Amino acid sequence: MAWFKREDKGIITTTQEKKEAPDGIWNKCPNCKKPLHYSEQVENQYVCHYCGFHLRIGSKEYFSVLFDDNQFTELFADLHSGDPLHFTDTKKYSDRLTETKTKTGLTDAIRAGVGKINGQDIVIACMDFNFIGGSMGSVVGEKIARSIDYSIKHKVPFLMISKSGGARMMEAAFSLMQMAKTSAKLALLAQARIPYISLLTDPTTGGVTASYAMLGDINIAEPGALIGFAGPRVIKETIKKDLPKGFQTAEFVQEHGFLDFIVDRREMKEKLASFLKMLAPYGVQEPVAEKEADNS
Amino acid sequence: MKITFDFEKPLAEIEGQIEKVKQVEEKNKLDMSATIAELEAKLHEAQKEIYQNLTGWQKVQISRHPERPYTLQYLELMCDDFIELHGDRTVGDDKAIIGGWGTMNGQTAMFIGHQKGRNTKERQYRNFGMANPEGYRKALRLMKMAEKFNKPIITLIDTPGAYPGLEAEERGQGEAIARNLLEMAVLKVPIICVIIGEGASGGALGIGIGDKVMMLDNSWYSVISPENCSTILFKTWEQKERAAEMLKLTSTEMLKNKLIDGVIKEPLGGAHQDPVAMAATLKKQLLKDLKALSERNIDELVTERIDKFCSMGVVEE
Repeated sequence: MAWFKREDKGIITTTQEKKEAPDGIWNKCPNCKKPLHYSEQVENQYVCHYCGFHLRIGSKEYFSVLFDDNQFTELFADLHSGDPLHFTDTKKYSDRLTETKTKTGLTDAIRAGVGKINGQDIVIACMDFNFIGGSMGSVVGEKIARSIDYSIKHKVPFLMISKSGGARMMEAAFSLMQMAKTSAKLALLAQARIPYISLLTDPTTGGVTASYAMLGDINIAEPGALIGFAGPRVIKETIKKDLPKGFQTAEFVQEHGFLDFIVDRREMKEKLASFLKMLAPYGVQEPVAEKEADNS
Repeated sequence: MKITFDFEKPLAEIEGQIEKVKQVEEKNKLDMSATIAELEAKLHEAQKEIYQNLTGWQKVQISRHPERPYTLQYLELMCDDFIELHGDRTVGDDKAIIGGWGTMNGQTAMFIGHQKGRNTKERQYRNFGMANPEGYRKALRLMKMAEKFNKPIITLIDTPGAYPGLEAEERGQGEAIARNLLEMAVLKVPIICVIIGEGASGGALGIGIGDKVMMLDNSWYSVISPENCSTILFKTWEQKERAAEMLKLTSTEMLKNKLIDGVIKEPLGGAHQDPVAMAATLKKQLLKDLKALSERNIDELVTERIDKFCSMGVVEE
């Protein structure tokens, strides 16, 4: 005998009448597993209001969190990656790029914009992890380089938000040289005495850590972010030992002296704005010591 | 025992034949010089055929030949005098990167390079040429000293990568490499970099920013080793030959892609076949470049150095 009996026969709901919960309205906090409503996430800067876990977000969300009224002018939006090596792994790199662009609506793993943060001008370049693992190829390098040029030209501070697995293998040595390119540009930014803030978010590893992410006037991070040069799996295989708890977290990296502070995303804008205000005006004055030396 | 790669087997066969003929000649007191000359000509042809058409993976194998000359051997062969300097002044002295003042034909330069070991004990001592952060910081300290005394810098690169260890992370491997990239870009002395063996990723680039970056013919330079590339892309390291082709990591391809400034020829079959000749070729090239660079205005040189690295990459607008 059946466990239940259908009483009404022939229930047919037309497609238009079917009710479905739209995707992405609810999702689960990856840490405490509690359900989070989308509007709550936005309101809370994409931080879980139960456990304080910082959800992984992309450039769109960071720009909305940081720029005043989400107003900014996107810079160098139309840079696309070439396929100089005609690289093919499980699929062609050119196909992978096209697919990822369609899927994510992004042009590459980085976006840059100029706008204001509590009324002060700022250039922000932010990486997108969902574009081939936030990997750094020619476009990432070039966009950072041009953003720095823009910062120097307009004497506007530069904020870099890193979120990346490292260099993009499909551009091989071209990717490697983006480390050299971005670091060289940062040297010029430093000479121009324009503030450079490096914000490291979950995760920041490989060639990104070994270039622009570690070169800030201040290096800061979000709580709990994975930050390292070599990935934990590689290290584990190399030393053939389990890694200590908390290894390569932002807190660990700060404890070892490579981060100035860790900042909650909900307090980030205020803190960055205060920092920049203390340093203003930028790139105009001679450093005091040199001036005095000249006068004597 | 002589190490022979798979692709060198045809050569070993001919060499074996020559050896046999020589034994017969010795034993029977016969004049077999005609046969020997013929075989030697055949060997020479076969060598040219094989060594001029090496695949990416075959070059990677040669770059790791256990008898390939390493930094200290080059310095011994090239320098009239060399004073090694140790320590990063903070944590310790890294054995995988060495450095110090040296002179070539009376010209002083700061020499810095990765150092590998020859036997098990030495290899461990040198950590297989994988530097910790102290290595990069020692290198930077020495480069700043070179700048202070207005002397050029020469770096010799040969590493399977920066060391991926627990302590290396604690002491900021990423920061150490990053700092070198930034500082080397603006150092106000000429810098020449030569990849003499393996040029693996950030570990190589960390002492690889220069006015002239060159590769020895059979060295390789890329963002990752072919084995690791294969592991990541195909979940097995068996595809390393394919990965080596895809990465375009040979000196010829790197030059074609304008990611380096020159290729230095090696003796037939690789630098290990004749280290003395190799060192002489390298020395000649370095002296020539040092002379050319020393005649340049340093501010222009630094600007050109930065512009060169900033022009690397392929983007479409």
